[in-house]
Amino acid sequence: MKFTIQINEGPYTHEAADSAYQFTKAALEKGHEIYRVFFYHDGVNNATRFTTPPQDDRNIVNRWSELSEKHNLDLVVCVAAAQRRGIVDEDEQQRQGKDGNNIAPGFRISGLGQLVEGCIQSDRLMVFGD
Amino acid sequence: MILHTVNKSPFEKNSLESCLQHAQKGSAVLLIEDGVFGATKGTKISDRVSEAMSNDITVYALEGDLKARGVADKVMDGVKLVDYAGFVDLSVDQDKVQAWL
Amino acid sequence: MSVKKFLYVNRKAPYGTVYALESLEVVLIGAAFEQDVSLLFADDGVYQLTKGHDTKDLEMKNFSPAFSALGDYDVNKIFVEKESLEERGLTLEDLQHLTWEDEDEDWAEKDSIRLVSRAEVGELMETQDVILSF
Repeated sequence: MKFTIQINEGPYTHEAADSAYQFTKAALEKGHEIYRVFFYHDGVNNATRFTTPPQDDRNIVNRWSELSEKHNLDLVVCVAAAQRRGIVDEDEQQRQGKDGNNIAPGFRISGLGQLVEGCIQSDRLMVFGD
Repeated sequence: MILHTVNKSPFEKNSLESCLQHAQKGSAVLLIEDGVFGATKGTKISDRVSEAMSNDITVYALEGDLKARGVADKVMDGVKLVDYAGFVDLSVDQDKVQAWL
Repeated sequence: MSVKKFLYVNRKAPYGTVYALESLEVVLIGAAFEQDVSLLFADDGVYQLTKGHDTKDLEMKNFSPAFSALGDYDVNKIFVEKESLEERGLTLEDLQHLTWEDEDEDWAEKDSIRLVSRAEVGELMETQDVILSF
């Protein structure tokens, strides 16, 4: 089966990001395909590379980047939600005249159409939120 | 049929109640995150959950979330426990998933 | 692209959280994909459609006018759950009058909002291909 995963909440505050990660990992282990992971609302905060969580706890951002690299995942951060919340890649930095960018490796910023397209191309949509 | 997921506590939000009011016979409800409290015995909504199960709605709970919250030994009879691999299987076996947030 | 039945489920009130605004943005962008779209407003989601939102004192954007554009985006199946209205002391009269123009009937103006019972909503959900929640 092909899955699109939608994540509505940021790291640590809600369990959504954890549940989504564990589901994604389990689906891959079972040989399913993850068509796209789409980060919306505060979910875009899963994509900042500037987090420094305590050493003895999971590093939510890094493990998305690692999972993405290991399985060649398409981690998409919604541009409109990212703009509202300050998640910026190099292109957005130029476009919006910001003095830096903060996106973590493995993530890309793109439009809401990517969520809808994911739903059309996948067999299942999984939503993790509040 | 739908796999309904409920992730909030039934004592905090109305998501479980709303889910059970809409779930059709033959569908499945999976309780995850704080939603797993809906699977525990002797609460003010346990009867409501039993009623759903007797109406041909299969109720599952994510074991990891029960264990994390120290209530894995308080699960109601009839609720089936799954791990994340089981969660994936449920999402494949049902034909779509609806998240009650 | 295949045509799937998309159901957007709205169960949260506007302004207290961002979900109402941002889910509407998905609907509007998603319209370009020409899928078979239905919107459901149930539980506190019915408050998104009330008339006369005035957000001036909050200095927040009033996004409710965007609902009246839905007809132009071919989004004209807007299901509102009757019991959710009643439980909140609301009637159809309290909601915006949303319409669309049916080009198959000489652009006749029709109501987009369909009042449905909780039982009917449960059945509606089962007929869909993909269900988005916010």
